[in-house]
Amino acid sequence: MGILINGASRVITQGITGKTGQFHTRNCVEYAGGADCFVAGVTPGKGGQEFEGIPIFDTVEEARAQTGADVSVIYVPPPFAAAAIDEAVVAGIGTVICITEGVPVKDMILTRERMRGTGTVLVGPNCPGVITPGEIKIGIMPGYIHTPGRIGVVSRSGTLTYEVVDQLTKLGMGQSTCVGIGGDPVNGLKHLDVMKMFDEDADTDAVVMCGEIGGSDEEECAQWIRDHMKKPVAAFIAGVTAPPGKRMGHAGAIIAGGRGTASDKISALESAGVTVTANPAEIGLAMCQAIGKE
Amino acid sequence: MKVHEYQAKDILRSRGVPVPRGGPCFSADEAVEVARELGGNRWVVKAQIHAGGRGKGGGVKVVDSPEAVRNAADEMLGMMLVTHQTGTAGQQVNRLLVEEGVDIARELYVGLVIDRSSQRVVVMASSEGGTEIEEVAAQTPEKILKTLVDPNTGLSQNEALDMMHKLELEPAQAEEGARFLSLLFEAFWETDASLAEINPLVITTDDRVMALDAKFNFDDNALFRHPDIVAMRDTDEEDPAELEASAVGLSYISLDGNIGCLVNGAGLAMATMDIIKLYGGEPANFLDVGGGATTDQVTEAFKIMLRNPDLKAILVNIFGGIMQCDVVAEGLVQAAGVVKLKIPLVVRLEGTNVERGRKILEKSDLDMMTATTMAEAAEKVVAATRN
Repeated sequence: MGILINGASRVITQGITGKTGQFHTRNCVEYAGGADCFVAGVTPGKGGQEFEGIPIFDTVEEARAQTGADVSVIYVPPPFAAAAIDEAVVAGIGTVICITEGVPVKDMILTRERMRGTGTVLVGPNCPGVITPGEIKIGIMPGYIHTPGRIGVVSRSGTLTYEVVDQLTKLGMGQSTCVGIGGDPVNGLKHLDVMKMFDEDADTDAVVMCGEIGGSDEEECAQWIRDHMKKPVAAFIAGVTAPPGKRMGHAGAIIAGGRGTASDKISALESAGVTVTANPAEIGLAMCQAIGKE
Repeated sequence: MKVHEYQAKDILRSRGVPVPRGGPCFSADEAVEVARELGGNRWVVKAQIHAGGRGKGGGVKVVDSPEAVRNAADEMLGMMLVTHQTGTAGQQVNRLLVEEGVDIARELYVGLVIDRSSQRVVVMASSEGGTEIEEVAAQTPEKILKTLVDPNTGLSQNEALDMMHKLELEPAQAEEGARFLSLLFEAFWETDASLAEINPLVITTDDRVMALDAKFNFDDNALFRHPDIVAMRDTDEEDPAELEASAVGLSYISLDGNIGCLVNGAGLAMATMDIIKLYGGEPANFLDVGGGATTDQVTEAFKIMLRNPDLKAILVNIFGGIMQCDVVAEGLVQAAGVVKLKIPLVVRLEGTNVERGRKILEKSDLDMMTATTMAEAAEKVVAATRN
């Protein structure tokens, strides 16, 4: 089952007729039970058409009314991505996953403000998506590296998450759900939100968390783990060698005003009892250590 | 994106935010001309580079004759200005700002940034203007006032006035200061700025409130709707390697070490730098080739890294997801051939079609080492720099 999404989820793809939307929708449909899950696409002006058997609608509202979908995934270009989130929220979609990279921060501030009190959960933007292995994949991650199991994964980056998942799978630890929360400064779910969900999830035994420099989300999560978390956590923080004031690819990955350094985050996590490794090749091993696995 | 102080002040001036009168100049003659046009008997000559701490490095001079303006301009133009933000080599000064001198009664600090936790713009103000605000924040955080701005309403007159009262401004000054703050917030919001710093915000002896210095950064993701700001870009202030990389869709940051790294994805790229360091090496750069990594991009990436004379070895770390390892391997072989690579190359491929990718690398006559894990790759590349 896992968190956020499972085989019973019904998904609308916003921006299904673009090159990216088509490519990834095809991959997601082919993964596990995807053929039953991906029930609609939305592209304004293309309502009534189909994409490989998936009906296309002009609006999310229409798509939801016709199919009963409860999740949407967004691949629309950055200038229109925040408006696409707004549309999904207004249509009453429960979980919105925004893959788009390069959304202006101001657009996200306004969208997050409009989302207050709506009950819609946002993942991203600028994220690889969410996967509950063996059930459903929503996003751009390679499905085959995942294996069903009981470890939750939460991360700000894409390929680093794949690296971790690959390590876990090779060490015989399957995953309950893997959540890419994205590398932007203003976004939806944060480490803390996902950590709480995993803590309450009956199908998750332990959690791997991958953070990076910038902001204080990892510190806030560490504090909560120290006070409340019932399950073991292993962590890696990327960017120990990153110089201050330089944006390391992700808009959010920047040490500004002396805050958001990797060492701050590592010491916060360590003092919360998290098994932190400095070696990105040993994140899987850190998980073994955290759960006492040989 | 960053702009110069004079450009930030132009943006503020055009939006009614008070700044001293002044203008940019590119030669000593122009500097004297600007001073003459301004009139008065005291001027400030300020070096324009994209780094703070200019005053301490000799980049700001207060002078009292046109002749002294000329001398100061002569001295500064072309100099390598070293500040705590430029690195030891410094940054060459190509532009100056000449301004009217202002009689200062008080110096305050005002800054605007995006607060991630509340997901709002935060307006910060402090009575400790003109100093290193980071020190104030670390040692006496209670001296920094903060207001989170509701994006629906903007900074209200009351909020602005309240901040000014807390800084213990006299009533007339507080009114002026509040007006300044509101206009500054509007300028920040309308231009999609990511940071604005006015340090110092001064109160003059005749009760005017103005921005004596101004630093603005803008959200790169929003530049598409601000062609006027894009036009202000001064590429002389940017690392040539970083510029070249961004032109071909690569994200590149120069570092001080001697091991080049080419990685797909920002998080994995940082992790690769970290593991090089962990195994005793020093990364020469951050380089994210993104989701594509075409042969052309990899070739360009190699060229950019190889321009660094200190480079001793290159580590390629690709986790193929959507990107297929066999395609990446072919690109690597071709690119290494094109640039006639002469330093050790360690390649670690993992992910989609990895077996096919590894075979392509084995069959090529390229002199390279392969690795299956990040740890093995880091170990090999660090060892290669020691031979």
